[in-house]
Amino acid sequence: MSALPGSLRDTPRLDRWLAFPVGRVQLSIGKVELGQGITTAVAQIAAEELDVELSRVDVIIGDTDAIPDEGVTASSLSVEMSGSAVRQASAEVRALLLAEAARRLNCAATDFTVEDGALLRDDAATGQTWWTLAANVSLARDASGTVPCKSGPALRVVGQDVPRSDLPARLFGGGFLHDLLPPGVLHARVLRQPGFGAVLVGLDEAAVARYGAEVVRIGNFVAVLAEDETAATAAHVAARPRWDGVADIAPEEGEPAALYAAPSTEILLGEPHPPAAGRFSATYTRGYVSHGTLGPSCGLAQFVDGRLTVWAHSRGPFPLRAMLAAATGLPAEAITVRYTPGAGSYGSAGAEDAAADAAVLALARPGRPVRVLWTREQEFSFENLAPAMAIRLEAGLDEAGRPVDWSAEIWSPSHVLRGAPPLARLAMPDAPPMPPAFEPPPAFSGGAMRNAAPAYDVGTPFVRLHLIERGRLRTSAMRGLGALPNVVALECFLDELAEAAGKDPVAYRLALLPDARARKVVRHVAAMANWASRDPAGSGRGLGIGFARYKNRSAYAAVAAAVSVEQDVRLEHVWCAADCGLAINPDGVRNQLEGGIVQAASMTLKEQVTFAGAGVASLTWADYPILRFSEVPEIDVDLLGTTENPSLGVGEATMGPTAAAIGNAVAHALGARVHALPLTRARIAASLLA
Amino acid sequence: MVALTVNGEPAVVAAGEDTPLLDVLRNQLGLTGARYGCGSEQCGACVVLVDGVPAYACSKPLWAVAGRHVTTVEGLGSPAAPHPLQAAFLAEQAGQCGYCLSGILLAALALLARNPDPSRAEVAAALDAHLCRCGAHNRMIRAVQRAGRVMRGAGA
Repeated sequence: MSALPGSLRDTPRLDRWLAFPVGRVQLSIGKVELGQGITTAVAQIAAEELDVELSRVDVIIGDTDAIPDEGVTASSLSVEMSGSAVRQASAEVRALLLAEAARRLNCAATDFTVEDGALLRDDAATGQTWWTLAANVSLARDASGTVPCKSGPALRVVGQDVPRSDLPARLFGGGFLHDLLPPGVLHARVLRQPGFGAVLVGLDEAAVARYGAEVVRIGNFVAVLAEDETAATAAHVAARPRWDGVADIAPEEGEPAALYAAPSTEILLGEPHPPAAGRFSATYTRGYVSHGTLGPSCGLAQFVDGRLTVWAHSRGPFPLRAMLAAATGLPAEAITVRYTPGAGSYGSAGAEDAAADAAVLALARPGRPVRVLWTREQEFSFENLAPAMAIRLEAGLDEAGRPVDWSAEIWSPSHVLRGAPPLARLAMPDAPPMPPAFEPPPAFSGGAMRNAAPAYDVGTPFVRLHLIERGRLRTSAMRGLGALPNVVALECFLDELAEAAGKDPVAYRLALLPDARARKVVRHVAAMANWASRDPAGSGRGLGIGFARYKNRSAYAAVAAAVSVEQDVRLEHVWCAADCGLAINPDGVRNQLEGGIVQAASMTLKEQVTFAGAGVASLTWADYPILRFSEVPEIDVDLLGTTENPSLGVGEATMGPTAAAIGNAVAHALGARVHALPLTRARIAASLLA
Repeated sequence: MVALTVNGEPAVVAAGEDTPLLDVLRNQLGLTGARYGCGSEQCGACVVLVDGVPAYACSKPLWAVAGRHVTTVEGLGSPAAPHPLQAAFLAEQAGQCGYCLSGILLAALALLARNPDPSRAEVAAALDAHLCRCGAHNRMIRAVQRAGRVMRGAGA
């Protein structure tokens, strides 16, 4: 047996991926549709391998009773994991069905051509179709990994721009978990502990009762429930809970500078470099960032006859099921999770906690569907934050100013929340402890260390991570994990090294990049941005570049940004050249790359969570502004990948390069560098005065 | 009881006069297109048209729309017969998660009613009260301009 590709390794049985209801091809995948287009991409792949019209392919996602376990939809791995599994499984099923046709018609499997699922022989119909054949072929068998897939010029569906199948529902008024209002639904709002360990000492039960709402309390997990959503909302406001044991947080605790003194464990990658002369160092920081999901977290659950069904917008249906089992004491087999889309959250924000809220309340009100919706303030308060980070880079330089060794020292809270109980469970009696902070190992491309090792020829990098122990700020995954801050640091550092060496930043990079595909995207984006006619530094107009290969193993992306800087940064134009190998749906790839550019630009220029009182102070969009329509630059994206190269994930590829390009563009415009994100007016003013 | 017109049809709503229009639309009338995002007029996810003018359904009490014409995204078109704006958003693949789209489609409809041929900057200004976290802004701007061309008979 050959090595199986992607998620076929974990789920080799073909019937877990493919079925043939009459006239249809039914795919089941374990990744979920977040608006990134994975359902469309896998449908294209199956249509390609099976030679059926794309419109015949249905994709089942998110139902733990029906899908293979593919963990969490994360790390730009959906096409690489699901896509490669579907591709191989479809090719193998095709071979099995063709063999059955050959047996029936006493000919060779190679005698057939296939048109939209119908088998032809010498261009004549044979009466055989995938559906007549599938009735007699058991797919309850493991993939062999030995059947070749289509490639190169044979591709006719893969590689074409295809409209996303999930988008129409979102344009006509439905499509979200928030829109599910089953008959008999109870509307719940949680009165959340302001901090871990806070104890409820009282609330205005009479006011709650006036709205016809009831209070459910399990330890310090407290919620109001009502038949009517307006009443639930009003009762939630009127309840005015009083808490004991709430410690205030100092605003400085939420700044990156607080990380240096925080308790931490050390994780090393490589060997420390001996001290040497001619060293250059710089430190880069960014604050805590919000996922900034537009739709606050929602959960819906119903407990009937010992079975709990939970509708959730979590990226990981099976990991969520395991978490809910631990939180409720029910066996996992008694729980079904049904993924239903929420607003984009680009990581782990509040979906799992809202699902747990609903699950706990559904168990308290058996039979009734219970719907929990967080308020905007709760979303900003209680979502998991993207960690603040501080990154100190140091390089030893040769006489030509090229780095010959490279060290990164990183201070960061955990980028994943693996194994943590949900907020609801932590508020209930006998709460389990939080697991220790966790750094995913290099095989999973790290978390805080993600993209810390440069793709440049700088000798063997040494990385020292101070992984901050879990404290009161709950942090978890946000698009790219540590990649954005790490790429900002290393790409801005390279510009500083180039400047010190008197070299052009693009030429300096090209001389250090060993990978031809990397050099190609850097050269290409420089041409797109007309790099050769760059203004002199300090003119108020800046052009900067950033490059990364996400995780040093997914798509290559080079980004150039043009800015003008007065008091604020005005982002005028962004260019991107990317190579993701074979793009299954090129327009879908562009959509992801463009979205990453805008989101990264927003984080770079505007975003930082602030703290006061018991927790987060930035509780509204006025306190936590993000990039608006009038601030979004024009964006040009060129795809340079070729069909011979395997498909590489793109969802997070432009985040780091964009933030770095803007950082370098602002430094070029100012003739001075700001080492802290976001690049706010105050920081720019301070750098100009320095 | 409050009487109003929703998507061209008369509606009589049995709810308190202070009930937010957003709750009336979603929970009483089954129109889930207008979405809760912030409850404080800061994100645009709940925007509907009241007598053709964009309004925040989250903070608009029912009494304030008595006798008025409310348009929600469900009033634009259907998958079988999409409004030119919806068709243009599909053609441009303008959206990712899509949570912002209902409000943006309605703001765009109001824009095109007063300016059938908006520039990029004019579309951006008209949509500036709407947040999109996925970063599909440029596609949406192109889609609004495309719909404008279709609606004034200038081709796609």
